[in-house]
Amino acid sequence: MDLILVNLIDGLVTGLLLFMLSAGLTLIFSMMGVLNFAHASFYMLGAYFAFQISLYLGFWMGLLIAPLVVGVLGAGVERYGLRRVHQYGHVPELIFTFGLALLIEELVQFIWGKNQMPYATPEILQFTAFSIAGNSIPAYKIFMIFISIAIFIGLLYVLTRTRVGMIIQAALTYPKTVEALGHNVPLIFMGVFGVGTALAGVAGVIAGPVLGTFPGMAFVLGSIVFVTIVIGGLGSLWGALVASLLIGWITTFSKAYNLRMEDLLTWLGFTKPEPIWDSAWRDLWSITSPQIADILPYILMVLILIFRPYGLFGKRDA
Amino acid sequence: MRTKTMLGLTTALTLAVSAFAAGADTIKIAFIDPLSGPFAGTGTNGLHQYEFAAEELVNKKGGVLDGDMFEIVAFDNKISPKESLIQLQVAIDQGIRYIAQGNSSGVANALTEAINKHNRRNPDDRVLFLNYSAVDPALTNDKCNFWHFRFDANADIKMDALTDSIVSNDEIEKVYIIGQDYSFGKAVASAAVRYLGEKAPEIEIVGNELHPIGKVKDFTPYSRKIVASGADAVITGNWGADMVGLGKSVLENGFTGPIYTYYAAADGITAAFGDAGVGSLRLVAEGQLNPPPNDRASEYIQAFKAKYPDGNLSQARITNVIEMLAKAINEAGTADDVVPVAYALAGMEHESLWGGNLMMRESDHQLIQNVHIMEHTSDVVHDHDNSGFGVKVVKTVEMAAADSPTTCEMRRP
Repeated sequence: MDLILVNLIDGLVTGLLLFMLSAGLTLIFSMMGVLNFAHASFYMLGAYFAFQISLYLGFWMGLLIAPLVVGVLGAGVERYGLRRVHQYGHVPELIFTFGLALLIEELVQFIWGKNQMPYATPEILQFTAFSIAGNSIPAYKIFMIFISIAIFIGLLYVLTRTRVGMIIQAALTYPKTVEALGHNVPLIFMGVFGVGTALAGVAGVIAGPVLGTFPGMAFVLGSIVFVTIVIGGLGSLWGALVASLLIGWITTFSKAYNLRMEDLLTWLGFTKPEPIWDSAWRDLWSITSPQIADILPYILMVLILIFRPYGLFGKRDA
Repeated sequence: MRTKTMLGLTTALTLAVSAFAAGADTIKIAFIDPLSGPFAGTGTNGLHQYEFAAEELVNKKGGVLDGDMFEIVAFDNKISPKESLIQLQVAIDQGIRYIAQGNSSGVANALTEAINKHNRRNPDDRVLFLNYSAVDPALTNDKCNFWHFRFDANADIKMDALTDSIVSNDEIEKVYIIGQDYSFGKAVASAAVRYLGEKAPEIEIVGNELHPIGKVKDFTPYSRKIVASGADAVITGNWGADMVGLGKSVLENGFTGPIYTYYAAADGITAAFGDAGVGSLRLVAEGQLNPPPNDRASEYIQAFKAKYPDGNLSQARITNVIEMLAKAINEAGTADDVVPVAYALAGMEHESLWGGNLMMRESDHQLIQNVHIMEHTSDVVHDHDNSGFGVKVVKTVEMAAADSPTTCEMRRP
């Protein structure tokens, strides 16, 4: 029972981190209709920039400055890269962002090398916030939860309660009309792209010390972010949040408990073939939940695409 | 005028050629390891250690035989067995007789088979395989051959020493084994279960699991399980980012016992752990850096750091490879025919630069040496990653597993 509570908190941290990445991506996706393959690379840049800044000015300045730098970089990529490629259609855009992802990874390796960086949590947060039955919850995790929730509330407020947010939402659905009304839609796109990448940067800054700052960090998170926005529904902030939390909890719980396929199959009324090592079904019977934890979100995505192609909270038909 | 020039040229050329012939030859050693891709860091660092060892321990002392110099020739195998075989052929075509490789037992298995076949078919240009890091026990057991020499302690020998250390610690009653889901991770797990079962059946193995290699984003759920299992110690064969991820997560989530590892040092790992690893991280390895075994070793480390400030002397055994090879060539009196060199190497005893004796066991060509249990601490003279932290020897198993059995049936030429 205690462990369930601990896993709920762990899953929440994972989910909220995923949310910060997918929130920006889902806006960019619905706006430009293009998968930004380089999104996770901006997350990595956030971590590396923050690490570099933290060497001179400390962790907190890194948290403040690095996302800004990443955001400006992202806006620049949109203004001078994507916008030019845009006129040639979606495929060149896709290839452009894919190339950018590879380029950023090589660049990071070139500058910082291939080893993991000693990027650590700030000393002020290096204590145990509280313990549940011997399982300590580090204060840094609580800090991550608060930052993510604050960002979610801020985004939600801007998008739904302010004039800027209204224009953005309008531009997402009817860009031509909004342009005809005299708004500078390319500027809005650039702004959204910049903010989206800055959010990825924030995620990188706060995830870097716990998940590790190394050249492969974008790769391990890259595909799961796309899964999140597909499950949540393109362009939906709530969808991104719900899908992120869902994925966070699913993977955490299936890793934390050794549920065995054997038990499930027996419960369903199948009989275990004997001897098991001679059976063609050997691999299926011996699967445990931690082994398949990381592919469960993909299975969920396939199911969503079959039964609800526009995602949990998506508004348009895909 | 013209004839004079021609004559002059010819003379000069003849002189040059004869000078070359009379002067020092080079003995080339092919270094086949990853120099690009995700493991390039480890490969490049190994190459530097080879180049430095050849220069410092052989060439500066006048070389071998009558002044022949060692030269390390680097080949990038991208850690792929297929690519390694191509590079092996290139090296052989260049007339290289000595092949050094270490990263990945998969590659080593492919190389030892190919070299065995090559030597059988081409008795005139045989080559030797100097394996300095691949620790799959099979290489000196079922798959052994006369041309393969292993300079690292194999996975079983290391686990033997590691479990000795666990058994001697009365506080450890429950052990959790976790590793990467591939051949090496499985080998470590099965060796741990076997040795613990033999030596201390009363120690309970409360967890034995594998996780996907290089794909885990967050190790928290695994560490929760480890903490919840009530384990007193963790054993893992993890390396690279998986080692850092697992170790940091386990420590952050409240685990305080020892974590026994194979590879939790250098290549950024020591720096990444920093203060957090003190008191927990243990490492089983050969080659003592701290406390410095002798002045000669200290000087050697300082000279290496002067040349490669960002490098690490992470594979001490490389100096053993170079020194023992030089000694064997001198004993054999030739570097061209590897058969006498191999016979000289087999059974050779040597005093290591890092203290302690080395003995190349004749029966399976496994180097028998001191294996140490080290701990991650700031109390070191020579640190890793310029981090102020390093590994210090806390326990030594002298000539570990010297009488361990082998299934090797070697056919000698």
